[in-house]
Amino acid sequence: MSVITVERKVLEKNDEIARRNRAMFSERHLFVINLVSSPGSGKTSILERTLEYFNKRVKVAVIEGDVQTDFDAQRIARYDAPVVQIVTNGGCHLDAKLVEDALGSLDLSGVKLLIIENVGNLVCPSNYDLGEAMKVVVASTTEGDDKPLKYPSMFQNASVLIINKIDLLPYVNCSLETLRNNALKINPSLKVFETSCTTKSGISEWCSWLEQNTNR
Amino acid sequence: MHELSVAQNICDIVQQSVPKNELADVRIVRVKLGTFSGVVADSLDFCFSAISAETPLAKAHLEFEHIPFAVRCNHCQKTFENDIGFMVCPECGGAETVILSGRELQVTEIELENEEEKTI
Repeated sequence: MSVITVERKVLEKNDEIARRNRAMFSERHLFVINLVSSPGSGKTSILERTLEYFNKRVKVAVIEGDVQTDFDAQRIARYDAPVVQIVTNGGCHLDAKLVEDALGSLDLSGVKLLIIENVGNLVCPSNYDLGEAMKVVVASTTEGDDKPLKYPSMFQNASVLIINKIDLLPYVNCSLETLRNNALKINPSLKVFETSCTTKSGISEWCSWLEQNTNR
Repeated sequence: MHELSVAQNICDIVQQSVPKNELADVRIVRVKLGTFSGVVADSLDFCFSAISAETPLAKAHLEFEHIPFAVRCNHCQKTFENDIGFMVCPECGGAETVILSGRELQVTEIELENEEEKTI
Protein backbone atom coordinates (compact mmCIF):
# COMPACT_ATOMS: atom_id res chain seq x y z
CA MET A 1 0.00 0.00 0.00
CA SER A 2 1.15 3.53 -0.67
CA VAL A 3 -0.37 6.53 1.03
CA ILE A 4 -0.99 10.04 -0.25
CA THR A 5 -1.39 12.64 2.47
CA VAL A 6 -4.11 15.10 1.54
CA GLU A 7 -5.41 17.15 4.53
CA ARG A 8 -8.10 18.99 2.61
CA LYS A 9 -11.40 20.28 3.93
CA VAL A 10 -14.27 18.59 2.14
CA LEU A 11 -16.19 21.86 1.86
CA GLU A 12 -13.12 23.90 0.81
CA LYS A 13 -14.72 24.82 -2.54
CA ASN A 14 -17.70 26.33 -0.75
CA ASP A 15 -15.45 28.12 1.75
CA GLU A 16 -13.41 29.63 -1.06
CA ILE A 17 -16.49 31.08 -2.79
CA ALA A 18 -17.78 32.26 0.59
CA ARG A 19 -14.51 34.18 1.07
CA ARG A 20 -15.03 35.76 -2.35
CA ASN A 21 -18.60 36.75 -1.42
CA ARG A 22 -17.38 38.16 1.91
CA ALA A 23 -14.71 40.27 0.19
CA MET A 24 -17.33 41.64 -2.20
CA PHE A 25 -19.69 42.46 0.69
CA SER A 26 -16.96 44.26 2.57
CA GLU A 27 -15.93 46.24 -0.51
CA ARG A 28 -19.52 47.44 -0.88
CA HIS A 29 -19.91 48.11 2.88
CA LEU A 30 -22.78 45.68 2.86
CA PHE A 31 -23.90 44.04 6.12
CA VAL A 32 -25.11 40.52 5.41
CA ILE A 33 -27.08 38.18 7.64
CA ASN A 34 -27.99 34.55 7.01
CA LEU A 35 -31.42 33.84 8.48
CA VAL A 36 -31.80 30.17 9.44
CA SER A 37 -34.45 28.08 11.22
CA SER A 38 -36.68 25.06 10.88
CA PRO A 39 -39.60 25.42 8.43
CA GLY A 40 -42.49 27.50 9.74
CA SER A 41 -40.74 29.30 12.57
CA GLY A 42 -41.47 32.69 11.01
CA LYS A 43 -38.33 33.73 9.09
CA THR A 44 -40.31 35.37 6.30
CA SER A 45 -42.62 37.12 8.77
CA ILE A 46 -39.63 38.50 10.68
CA LEU A 47 -38.20 39.64 7.36
CA GLU A 48 -41.47 41.41 6.52
CA ARG A 49 -41.59 43.18 9.90
CA THR A 50 -37.92 44.12 9.47
CA LEU A 51 -38.56 45.63 6.02
CA GLU A 52 -41.54 47.54 7.43
CA TYR A 53 -39.36 48.91 10.23
CA PHE A 54 -36.63 50.09 7.87
CA ASN A 55 -39.30 51.38 5.47
CA LYS A 56 -36.77 52.38 2.80
CA ARG A 57 -34.86 54.49 5.39
CA VAL A 58 -32.18 51.82 5.14
CA LYS A 59 -32.12 50.09 1.78
CA VAL A 60 -32.40 46.34 2.24
CA ALA A 61 -32.03 43.60 -0.37
CA VAL A 62 -33.22 40.03 0.08
CA ILE A 63 -32.15 36.62 -1.21
CA GLU A 64 -34.91 34.07 -0.66
CA GLY A 65 -33.95 30.41 -0.52
CA ASP A 66 -36.66 27.79 -0.89
CA VAL A 67 -36.84 24.17 -1.94
CA GLN A 68 -39.81 24.89 -4.20
CA THR A 69 -42.00 27.89 -5.19
CA ASP A 70 -41.32 31.63 -5.16
CA PHE A 71 -44.12 32.37 -2.65
CA ASP A 72 -41.71 34.02 -0.22
CA ALA A 73 -40.17 36.28 -2.88
CA GLN A 74 -43.72 37.33 -3.82
CA ARG A 75 -44.39 38.25 -0.19
CA ILE A 76 -41.19 40.30 -0.04
CA ALA A 77 -41.79 42.01 -3.41
CA ARG A 78 -44.63 44.00 -1.77
CA TYR A 79 -42.05 45.92 0.25
CA ASP A 80 -40.28 47.41 -2.74
CA ALA A 81 -36.94 45.83 -1.76
CA PRO A 82 -34.72 44.20 -4.39
CA VAL A 83 -35.35 40.48 -4.04
CA VAL A 84 -34.11 37.39 -5.83
CA GLN A 85 -35.44 33.89 -5.31
CA ILE A 86 -33.21 30.82 -5.27
CA VAL A 87 -35.19 27.61 -5.77
CA THR A 88 -32.94 24.72 -4.74
CA ASN A 89 -35.21 22.06 -6.34
CA GLY A 90 -34.90 19.67 -3.43
CA GLY A 91 -31.54 20.92 -2.11
CA CYS A 92 -31.63 21.19 1.67
CA HIS A 93 -29.48 24.32 2.06
CA LEU A 94 -28.06 27.34 0.26
CA ASP A 95 -24.36 27.24 -0.58
CA ALA A 96 -21.92 30.02 -1.38
CA LYS A 97 -22.08 29.38 -5.14
CA LEU A 98 -25.88 29.69 -5.25
CA VAL A 99 -25.57 33.01 -3.41
CA GLU A 100 -22.77 34.21 -5.69
CA ASP A 101 -24.92 33.45 -8.74
CA ALA A 102 -27.97 35.13 -7.21
CA LEU A 103 -25.94 38.28 -6.47
CA GLY A 104 -25.51 38.69 -10.23
CA SER A 105 -29.22 39.37 -10.65
CA LEU A 106 -29.62 41.64 -7.64
CA ASP A 107 -29.42 45.43 -7.91
CA LEU A 108 -27.26 46.35 -4.91
CA SER A 109 -26.93 50.09 -5.57
CA GLY A 110 -27.55 51.95 -2.35
CA VAL A 111 -28.17 48.72 -0.44
CA LYS A 112 -26.73 48.68 3.09
CA LEU A 113 -28.18 45.43 4.38
CA LEU A 114 -28.60 42.09 2.65
CA ILE A 115 -30.75 39.45 4.30
CA ILE A 116 -30.38 35.90 3.03
CA GLU A 117 -33.30 33.73 4.05
CA ASN A 118 -32.00 30.18 4.00
CA VAL A 119 -34.00 27.02 3.32
CA GLY A 120 -36.03 25.99 6.38
CA ASN A 121 -33.78 23.32 7.91
CA LEU A 122 -31.94 23.26 11.24
CA VAL A 123 -29.23 20.83 10.10
CA CYS A 124 -27.55 21.38 6.75
CA PRO A 125 -27.40 25.20 6.46
CA SER A 126 -25.16 25.30 9.55
CA ASN A 127 -22.28 23.75 7.56
CA TYR A 128 -22.31 26.16 4.65
CA ASP A 129 -20.67 29.55 4.98
CA LEU A 130 -22.27 31.95 2.49
CA GLY A 131 -19.93 34.86 3.23
CA GLU A 132 -22.36 36.44 5.72
CA ALA A 133 -21.32 38.55 8.71
CA MET A 134 -23.44 36.38 10.99
CA LYS A 135 -26.06 33.68 11.17
CA VAL A 136 -29.32 34.61 12.87
CA VAL A 137 -31.27 31.58 14.05
CA VAL A 138 -35.01 31.76 14.66
CA ALA A 139 -36.68 29.35 17.09
CA SER A 140 -40.41 29.69 17.66
CA THR A 141 -42.25 28.84 20.85
CA THR A 142 -44.47 26.35 19.00
CA GLU A 143 -41.39 24.18 18.36
CA GLY A 144 -40.86 23.61 22.10
CA ASP A 145 -37.94 24.64 24.28
CA ASP A 146 -35.52 21.81 23.47
CA LYS A 147 -34.55 22.77 19.89
CA PRO A 148 -31.07 24.09 20.84
CA LEU A 149 -30.21 20.74 22.45
CA LYS A 150 -31.51 18.78 19.47
CA TYR A 151 -29.72 20.88 16.85
CA PRO A 152 -26.61 22.21 18.65
CA SER A 153 -24.54 22.94 15.51
CA MET A 154 -26.95 25.56 14.27
CA PHE A 155 -27.09 27.32 17.64
CA GLN A 156 -23.29 27.12 18.01
CA ASN A 157 -22.75 28.75 14.63
CA ALA A 158 -25.26 31.55 15.13
CA SER A 159 -24.53 34.93 16.69
CA VAL A 160 -28.14 35.87 17.30
CA LEU A 161 -31.21 33.92 18.44
CA ILE A 162 -34.68 35.29 17.78
CA ILE A 163 -37.33 33.53 19.85
CA ASN A 164 -40.45 34.10 17.77
CA LYS A 165 -44.21 33.66 18.37
CA ILE A 166 -43.97 34.71 22.02
CA ASP A 167 -47.65 35.74 21.82
CA LEU A 168 -48.47 32.01 21.66
CA LEU A 169 -46.67 31.17 24.95
CA PRO A 170 -49.93 30.74 26.93
CA TYR A 171 -51.10 28.07 24.49
CA VAL A 172 -47.97 25.98 23.89
CA ASN A 173 -45.81 23.66 25.93
CA CYS A 174 -42.73 25.85 25.94
CA SER A 175 -40.90 27.70 28.70
CA LEU A 176 -39.19 30.85 27.49
CA GLU A 177 -36.64 30.58 30.29
CA THR A 178 -35.80 26.94 29.45
CA LEU A 179 -35.48 27.73 25.75
CA ARG A 180 -33.18 30.65 26.49
CA ASN A 181 -31.08 28.64 28.98
CA ASN A 182 -30.76 25.69 26.62
CA ALA A 183 -29.55 27.98 23.86
CA LEU A 184 -27.01 29.66 26.15
CA LYS A 185 -25.63 26.29 27.28
CA ILE A 186 -24.86 25.56 23.64
CA ASN A 187 -23.64 29.07 22.86
CA PRO A 188 -23.12 31.44 25.80
CA SER A 189 -22.37 34.40 23.53
CA LEU A 190 -25.71 34.32 21.69
CA LYS A 191 -27.54 37.64 21.60
CA VAL A 192 -31.21 36.83 22.26
CA PHE A 193 -34.35 38.68 21.11
CA GLU A 194 -37.95 37.72 21.83
CA THR A 195 -40.48 38.65 19.17
CA SER A 196 -44.01 38.24 17.93
CA CYS A 197 -44.70 39.14 14.34
CA THR A 198 -48.44 39.30 15.12
CA THR A 199 -48.32 41.76 18.04
CA LYS A 200 -44.98 43.22 16.79
CA SER A 201 -43.60 42.85 20.31
CA GLY A 202 -39.77 42.88 20.32
CA ILE A 203 -39.51 43.81 16.63
CA SER A 204 -38.17 47.31 17.26
CA GLU A 205 -35.51 45.95 19.69
CA TRP A 206 -34.31 43.47 17.06
CA CYS A 207 -34.44 46.02 14.24
CA SER A 208 -32.65 48.80 16.08
CA TRP A 209 -29.88 46.36 17.02
CA LEU A 210 -29.67 45.28 13.39
CA GLU A 211 -29.58 48.90 12.25
CA GLN A 212 -26.70 49.69 14.61
CA ASN A 213 -24.72 46.75 13.22
CA THR A 214 -25.56 47.71 9.65
CA ASN A 215 -24.18 51.21 10.15
CA ARG A 216 -21.08 50.05 11.98
CA MET B 1 -29.25 15.38 4.28
CA HIS B 2 -26.47 16.83 2.18
CA GLU B 3 -24.28 13.70 2.35
CA LEU B 4 -24.59 13.19 -1.41
CA SER B 5 -22.97 16.53 -2.23
CA VAL B 6 -20.35 15.94 0.49
CA ALA B 7 -19.58 12.53 -1.09
CA GLN B 8 -19.24 14.23 -4.48
CA ASN B 9 -16.76 16.72 -2.99
CA ILE B 10 -14.73 13.81 -1.56
CA CYS B 11 -14.64 12.14 -5.01
CA ASP B 12 -13.46 15.44 -6.52
CA ILE B 13 -10.67 15.76 -3.95
CA VAL B 14 -9.51 12.18 -4.61
CA GLN B 15 -9.54 12.78 -8.37
CA GLN B 16 -7.48 15.94 -7.93
CA SER B 17 -4.98 14.25 -5.58
CA VAL B 18 -4.28 10.98 -7.38
CA PRO B 19 -2.80 10.64 -10.92
CA LYS B 20 -5.53 9.59 -13.35
CA ASN B 21 -3.93 6.22 -14.19
CA GLU B 22 -3.76 5.30 -10.49
CA LEU B 23 -7.38 6.14 -9.55
CA ALA B 24 -8.41 2.48 -9.91
CA ASP B 25 -5.79 1.57 -7.26
CA VAL B 26 -7.41 3.69 -4.56
CA ARG B 27 -8.69 1.45 -1.78
CA ILE B 28 -9.18 3.64 1.29
CA VAL B 29 -10.05 7.32 1.64
CA ARG B 30 -9.53 8.46 5.23
CA VAL B 31 -11.93 11.13 6.46
CA LYS B 32 -11.78 13.06 9.73
CA LEU B 33 -15.30 13.48 11.03
CA GLY B 34 -16.08 15.72 14.00
CA THR B 35 -19.06 15.01 16.27
CA PHE B 36 -20.64 18.19 14.90
CA SER B 37 -19.50 17.91 11.31
CA GLY B 38 -23.16 17.78 10.35
CA VAL B 39 -22.90 14.56 8.35
CA VAL B 40 -23.78 10.99 9.27
CA ALA B 41 -20.92 8.54 8.64
CA ASP B 42 -23.16 5.64 7.49
CA SER B 43 -25.08 7.85 5.15
CA LEU B 44 -21.90 9.41 3.72
CA ASP B 45 -20.44 5.93 3.22
CA PHE B 46 -23.59 4.84 1.38
CA CYS B 47 -23.57 7.96 -0.84
CA PHE B 48 -19.87 7.53 -1.63
CA SER B 49 -20.33 3.92 -2.79
CA ALA B 50 -23.38 4.94 -4.82
CA ILE B 51 -21.54 7.62 -6.81
CA SER B 52 -18.20 5.80 -7.10
CA ALA B 53 -19.76 2.59 -8.46
CA GLU B 54 -18.92 2.04 -12.12
CA THR B 55 -16.13 4.65 -11.92
CA PRO B 56 -12.40 4.00 -11.46
CA LEU B 57 -13.02 4.60 -7.72
CA ALA B 58 -15.38 1.62 -7.45
CA LYS B 59 -12.98 -0.31 -5.21
CA ALA B 60 -12.41 2.60 -2.83
CA HIS B 61 -14.20 2.96 0.47
CA LEU B 62 -14.28 5.57 3.21
CA GLU B 63 -12.65 5.07 6.60
CA PHE B 64 -13.62 7.50 9.33
CA GLU B 65 -11.64 8.94 12.19
CA HIS B 66 -14.19 10.29 14.65
CA ILE B 67 -13.10 13.48 16.41
CA PRO B 68 -14.77 14.38 19.73
CA PHE B 69 -16.24 17.78 20.49
CA ALA B 70 -13.69 19.42 22.81
CA VAL B 71 -13.86 22.83 24.42
CA ARG B 72 -11.36 24.81 26.49
CA CYS B 73 -12.49 27.16 29.25
CA ASN B 74 -10.70 30.51 29.11
CA HIS B 75 -11.44 31.07 32.78
CA CYS B 76 -10.01 27.92 34.43
CA GLN B 77 -8.08 26.68 31.34
CA LYS B 78 -9.56 23.19 31.71
CA THR B 79 -10.42 21.20 28.61
CA PHE B 80 -13.62 19.17 28.47
CA GLU B 81 -15.35 16.91 25.97
CA ASN B 82 -19.02 16.13 25.43
CA ASP B 83 -21.22 14.89 22.65
CA ILE B 84 -24.16 17.20 23.28
CA GLY B 85 -22.53 20.47 22.25
CA PHE B 86 -22.45 22.23 25.66
CA MET B 87 -20.03 25.14 25.71
CA VAL B 88 -20.37 26.15 29.36
CA CYS B 89 -17.50 24.88 31.52
CA PRO B 90 -18.67 22.00 33.77
CA GLU B 91 -15.87 22.81 36.27
CA CYS B 92 -16.24 26.51 36.94
CA GLY B 93 -19.37 27.45 34.98
CA GLY B 94 -17.33 29.78 32.79
CA ALA B 95 -19.02 30.85 29.59
CA GLU B 96 -15.94 32.11 27.79
CA THR B 97 -14.91 28.96 26.01
CA VAL B 98 -13.19 28.02 22.77
CA ILE B 99 -14.04 25.04 20.56
CA LEU B 100 -10.88 22.96 20.07
CA SER B 101 -12.29 20.21 17.88
CA GLY B 102 -15.44 18.49 16.73
CA ARG B 103 -16.27 20.37 13.53
CA GLU B 104 -13.87 18.47 11.24
CA LEU B 105 -14.92 17.26 7.82
CA GLN B 106 -11.63 16.62 6.12
CA VAL B 107 -9.98 14.16 3.75
CA THR B 108 -6.66 13.29 5.38
CA GLU B 109 -5.16 10.33 3.49
CA ILE B 110 -5.69 8.23 0.40
CA GLU B 111 -4.37 4.68 0.38
CA LEU B 112 -3.54 2.95 -2.90
CA GLU B 113 -2.82 -0.68 -3.68
CA ASN B 114 0.62 -1.05 -5.29
CA GLU B 115 1.45 -2.84 -8.55
CA GLU B 116 3.34 -5.69 -6.83
CA GLU B 117 0.46 -6.34 -4.39
CA LYS B 118 -1.94 -6.68 -7.28
CA THR B 119 0.13 -9.40 -8.96
CA ILE B 120 0.42 -11.54 -5.81
